Amino acid sequence: MRVSSFPQAKPLVNMRYIMTTIEADILIIGGGLVGGTLGCILADQGMSVVLVDREAPSDQMTPEYDGRASAIALGTQRVLEGAGLWDDLKDDSAPIDDIRVTDGDSLMFLHYDHNDMDIRPFGYMVENRRLRVALARRFGSLKKLNVLALDSIRNLDRDAGGVTATLESGKTISAKLAIGADGRSSQTREDAGIELTQWSYNQSGIVCTVEHEQSHENIAHERFLPAGPFAILPLTGNRSCIVWTERSELAPAMMALGDDEFNAELARRFGDFLGKTRPTGPRWCYPLSLQFAERVLDKRLVLVGDAAHAMHPIAGQGLNMGLRDVAAMAEVLSDAHRLGLDLGSAAVLERYERWRRFDNTLMLCMTDLLNRLFSNDIAPIRLARDLGLAVVNRIPLLKRFFMRHAMGLVGDLPRLMRGEKLG
Amino acid sequence: MVITSTASPEEIARFTAIADEWWDDSGKFRPLHMLNPVRMEFVVGALCDHFGRDSTADSPLKGLKLLDVGCGGGLASEPLNRLGADVTAIDAGEETIAVAATHARQSGLDINYRQCMPETLAAEGLSFDAVISLEVVEHVTDVNQFLDALSALVTPEGCLIMGTINRTIKSLAFAKIAAEYILRWVPAGTHDWNKFVRPSELANGLRPHGLDIKSIKGTVYNLANGDWRLGDDTAVNYLAYFSRQQH
Repeated sequence: MRVSSFPQAKPLVNMRYIMTTIEADILIIGGGLVGGTLGCILADQGMSVVLVDREAPSDQMTPEYDGRASAIALGTQRVLEGAGLWDDLKDDSAPIDDIRVTDGDSLMFLHYDHNDMDIRPFGYMVENRRLRVALARRFGSLKKLNVLALDSIRNLDRDAGGVTATLESGKTISAKLAIGADGRSSQTREDAGIELTQWSYNQSGIVCTVEHEQSHENIAHERFLPAGPFAILPLTGNRSCIVWTERSELAPAMMALGDDEFNAELARRFGDFLGKTRPTGPRWCYPLSLQFAERVLDKRLVLVGDAAHAMHPIAGQGLNMGLRDVAAMAEVLSDAHRLGLDLGSAAVLERYERWRRFDNTLMLCMTDLLNRLFSNDIAPIRLARDLGLAVVNRIPLLKRFFMRHAMGLVGDLPRLMRGEKLG
Repeated sequence: MVITSTASPEEIARFTAIADEWWDDSGKFRPLHMLNPVRMEFVVGALCDHFGRDSTADSPLKGLKLLDVGCGGGLASEPLNRLGADVTAIDAGEETIAVAATHARQSGLDINYRQCMPETLAAEGLSFDAVISLEVVEHVTDVNQFLDALSALVTPEGCLIMGTINRTIKSLAFAKIAAEYILRWVPAGTHDWNKFVRPSELANGLRPHGLDIKSIKGTVYNLANGDWRLGDDTAVNYLAYFSRQQH
């Protein structure tokens, strides 16, 4: 990282008046799972990166900060591998070997058995705070990555020559490109005047971890209940992550239940196939909505991850789509860097936009449609969707295609998602 | 001595009039900006091949003395300088050179911009490891004289990299009619199809100087995703790299 000083006057200047500007190729705003992973890859590819995050990394690793776990599809697991994070994560991630989808009490079901597929596992479950630990460790090992924690953007100037950011701490950063990775309520997006389209599902996601007597045998279950999908996702040991979608007006009541009553409600939905269950750690409740930015590009600015698109967790694709953005962004920037191109130029950034537009739109529509189709108890719709499940289940080719798509193995894939090196 | 010039006065005037738009990537030069990454892929690849450089290293072109002839706003000069090359860039338009120099300064780059003809540099006895001339030869008055001038500036071990538009039925349809009148990618009248240059004409003009073609690639536009990529179809835009036989 080059640090240059601009003395305001001739010699004998009072040190306090020397403005320090940190010069970098890339400024990433937001050091979460998406921004952090992207920072690791870009710095590893030889670009100088400044990553600004409001919070201290240590605060993000507590169970209180983020109790969620993420499904990491095989294609995105390769992105974490390319970011140098996977070695640290692999012992704490649980493989998903089988996926069983059921519609309430219906006898129709969809079963993704690893015996049907040529690749296993389908993906992994990783706890978010574990991902944050891996990121913080990796940050420390990258010379070209400069993490400025507990700081945020006061002002971001973007012009034809580059971007200049002034931070709350008074630091100044100049870079060729700013990347907004600051999540659903992205300030970067708002400041750039990029409109957001969104709608609420009037559903909340209740998330918690449970311990159970029996082994989950690395099977993920998704059960469609009238209030919304209820997922049991395998974690390491005899533990599972529960993602329980509830109507928003009922969610606060569920959250307020005592442990025994909550456990009883859980057991009603969960069944007894894993033996006795016991919730561990805090419960979480997130309002569910779909949102997408009207565009992901502006002058020398690009949005990635939830800042650009956030979706229903029905297919466990939120972080996967963010990491697919990361893989495409990293490839576009790495290629441009090797050719000496201006990293913030439209020719470079538009390739990213074209590349991601279709995939992101398709996934937003699919998750929205699935949720509408399954989160109800209307008889004809139930019949239709159950027949649909049964049909997909009986046609191996179709089944395989859906699975490969969810695994992130279909389409014009970035090199990192194909398991190849960037350069 | 009298330096005879290959630059066409009308062509210089046309580009001078829009000089300050060189770096507006949504303006008149947008197509060139969009084409630039794939052009640079060829140019940087050829340079790394020719000089045995590792394209993944930091500053892979460090120490190479390059000349960009007809540099315009510096769309190729800037990336080459960023990759470590010592770049001299010339253009016939005074306004153009001023715009290019200002932009390079703002970008923190160090490029030696001069408003002159290649013939001037040859007369000064200068030579370069590589001479690069992109989208220029189709605008000069005398192709062979221009190629003579470029050849004279390449060191014996050096190479010459050219990019231009082929003179084919396909290029008439795409580079002239579609680009100027239908898609309006470039202002009408930007190109004269009759001045487009076939690869064989480049090869014939350079052979007397010992420069042989080493590789040639077309730049192909993918209508489905809007990407440009290098391919084997050289019927419209193409890039070629020439060097002298090593004895």
